[in-house]
Amino acid sequence: MTTQQFCTFFLADQLFGIAVDEVQEVIQHQEMTRVPLLPDVIRGLINLRGQIVMAVDLRRRLRIAERPPGTSLINVVVRTKEGPVSLLVDSIGDVVEVDEKTAEPPPQTLEADMRNLVVGVHKLDQGLMHVLNTEEACESLEQMEP
Amino acid sequence: MSDDAAIVKEFLIESYENLDRLDQDLVVLEKEPANRETLASIFRTIHTIKGTSGFLAFNELEAVTHAGESLLSRLRDGLLPLNAEITTALLAMLDAVREMLKNIETSGKEGERNDQELILKLARLLEAPAGSPASPLTAARIEPPATPSEQPVPNLGEILIKRGVAKASEVNAAVEHQKAGDPRHVGEILVERGAVKPQDIVEALNAQQQARGQSASDSTIRVDVSQLDRLMNRVGEMVLLRNQIVQYTNSTEDSELLATSQRLNLLTTELQEGVMKTRMQPIGNVWSKFPRTVRDVALGCGKQVRIEMEGKETELDKTIIEAIKDPLTHLVRNAVDHGIEPPQVRRMAGKDPEGLLFLRAFHEGGQVNIEVTDDGAGLDYEKLRNKAIQKALITADQAARMTEREITNLIFLAGFSTAEKVTNVSGRGVGLDVVKTNIEKIGGTVDLQSKPGQGSTVRMKIPLTLAIIPALIVTSAGDRYAIPQVSLLELVRLEGEQSRKGLEFVNGAPVYRLRGKLLPLVYLQRELRADSQAQVAASLKTEFQSVNIVVLRADDRAFGLVVDEINDTEEIVVKPLSKQMKSVNIYAGATIMGDGKVALILDVLGLAQRANVLCDARERETAERQEANELIPVTDTSQRKPMLLFQHGETGRIAIDLALVARLEEFPPSAIEVAGDQEAVQYRGQIMPLVRVTHVLESKRKVISENAHEALHVVVYADRGRSIGLVVDRILDIVEESFVIQPETARRGVLGSAVIQKRVTDILDLPGLVAAALPGQASVGAEA
Repeated sequence: MTTQQFCTFFLADQLFGIAVDEVQEVIQHQEMTRVPLLPDVIRGLINLRGQIVMAVDLRRRLRIAERPPGTSLINVVVRTKEGPVSLLVDSIGDVVEVDEKTAEPPPQTLEADMRNLVVGVHKLDQGLMHVLNTEEACESLEQMEP
Repeated sequence: MSDDAAIVKEFLIESYENLDRLDQDLVVLEKEPANRETLASIFRTIHTIKGTSGFLAFNELEAVTHAGESLLSRLRDGLLPLNAEITTALLAMLDAVREMLKNIETSGKEGERNDQELILKLARLLEAPAGSPASPLTAARIEPPATPSEQPVPNLGEILIKRGVAKASEVNAAVEHQKAGDPRHVGEILVERGAVKPQDIVEALNAQQQARGQSASDSTIRVDVSQLDRLMNRVGEMVLLRNQIVQYTNSTEDSELLATSQRLNLLTTELQEGVMKTRMQPIGNVWSKFPRTVRDVALGCGKQVRIEMEGKETELDKTIIEAIKDPLTHLVRNAVDHGIEPPQVRRMAGKDPEGLLFLRAFHEGGQVNIEVTDDGAGLDYEKLRNKAIQKALITADQAARMTEREITNLIFLAGFSTAEKVTNVSGRGVGLDVVKTNIEKIGGTVDLQSKPGQGSTVRMKIPLTLAIIPALIVTSAGDRYAIPQVSLLELVRLEGEQSRKGLEFVNGAPVYRLRGKLLPLVYLQRELRADSQAQVAASLKTEFQSVNIVVLRADDRAFGLVVDEINDTEEIVVKPLSKQMKSVNIYAGATIMGDGKVALILDVLGLAQRANVLCDARERETAERQEANELIPVTDTSQRKPMLLFQHGETGRIAIDLALVARLEEFPPSAIEVAGDQEAVQYRGQIMPLVRVTHVLESKRKVISENAHEALHVVVYADRGRSIGLVVDRILDIVEESFVIQPETARRGVLGSAVIQKRVTDILDLPGLVAAALPGQASVGAEA
């Protein structure tokens, strides 16, 4: 029996998970510098202890409805091939340990481009946890609607 | 295993260094075949590589170097004269060695090779002295004893015994074995017998070399570049942290904290400079490959070219050295292939049949200038014109109207090559446009000047470092942006009435009359957010009382960037943007400001391209550039260069060549301190002596009363890395117009006077003035 640990978070009441070893850290809302002319999926740049890190709005990336204005965001900083990237989420959940057996592939009805992003679903007691492909979440942003 | 890897790595580093020198040595040797010292040095290098490759079991490498070594030993002993064929074969051997070393570096093996032909060729050259008997010159040189320095060098066995890594008995046994017919070295035999480790042999060989007195001095160490990169990053972060602390402490009253932060400030600057220095490399490292390049290219196209260099020791950051390597190589090849004429053509033109390629590098105003000059035919404007029409880059009509200077610029366009036939050197359509793009990518500029029949000079201006740059901070729509100062020409601020009247429109495109010329204006806010034109116009009328124009230079053209606010200049640490953000080419990177927030760095060239300042400008500014063409002084007495004008006394006007001015600063009178008799201020971590221009000129004019509360206007002049501040009464303007200097000798520090802006103006002799005011400084300067 193999289990895997996930760092969970919420986007519009949906539960998402990222494998813990991909997560560098979770930090509170940071002041962001917006970057004009880029797709609005990229919310801006944050200063992470002297390192400049791009912040991606996961709601926009996953095409989930916008948050009410003024909602503070949480940065989930993940490691990618290109260095750390911050994923902006609504709130953070627990670290959960899940069993392989609870996993299922995403339903066929999921839109094609979202299938690369949500690579699986875990059936947990508290609901369904979407497993996010972090590399993909930080990639191919240019093709997104600006 | 890791031990072995370390030995191989060291072997590679050392061999690469030696090979680079060998390329140069061999070309020198071809010119002076009699140079025994060079020959001996080449021989030793190859011998060392051969020896070490033997221990490390790189057999192919050993075989090739062995063949080369045999040939070299005959040359060294004067038994064989050096000729072009032998040199070519030896250079081919070096190439083969380099290739194998590269393979070893990447895969740990020499790679699948067949060097039999090369080895045979080397052997053949060894046998037959290439048809020609040894020249008397060479023969005469047999007299001195064969490299006397080799006599007292201990042999390997002795060293091994002395170091206690091998027993005398073992060494003797190996020597006996060798005498009995084993062709291998003593070291090899010992290693095979397991008597000593390969590492010990390598160390002993190094010691042996040291005994020959050619090893690098013990005062240097090798450091991995990635280590320096990490260090540089840390220092960059420290600079940012320092900025934050200094900004914070400036708002407190705590004097102790203030003093401590000042100290931190100074130390950080020193640390930054120190680390940057470790990353500096002399440009000679790149140039050292050029004699070989020139030789090969010249031989390939039947030309005779001599290469000369000046300023080899000029240092640049390693990353920049890497970045300019290819463009420079291209320019050098280009100059030999296109620039310099074949010998018979040169002879007919009354020139030395041997062409000269001259490389020069020097520091100027915080930048490095690199020039590649050839004494060839120069540009053929007619040919360029026709070529450009043929390639449909311009129309015949446009061509007829173009000035020589404009035509010169054509060769930097993509897809332009004038080589009549496509050689293996150039003419592949990848040309000077790539050079220009690559140089501009690192914040440099390229300029070409040519005189028909006399040759061409390509001049590049390169920043010293990319990591930390001075930048102007501006605000647009509440966000701060940094603009690299290399692109900055001047700042214009229009207030009140001026701001409404000063802006005019050419068919809807905003322009500003800057000293009589139309400056196209680009609104940063509009470029960044694609606001509608109407919105911008509306915001202009209502929101802003004043207009701030940052005059920038992109691709030799000026344009005005309108921003909401101009903040300050600051040293910023450039951080690259992630790949995903490079889709928009108007950001050169990002940086962290004193308050810890991130600010984007604008890419001025990209911004100009986005705002279409560059493309339609080509036609529109024809007239303007015709004027610019007149910039080149016809005689020495008439000049046209930007001059800084300032007031002196109540009515006097003085001008300084703007190129000599590093910055303009203001200091409160309280900042002045006195060291000895000398007034000085603390400036950027240095003590900057102040020179009051009025005092030095011993003017009879009434001195404007020195108001104790008014800020001092200081023109900062950089003299060999030292800043000197000239205190002037008032700064008037920057002008660029033609003037003729009437020499005047009576006054110290004055070159003469000229009519500028219809007023008689003294032209200051800045070095002379400083020498007169600070005699001590001048002598320091002279020593440097």
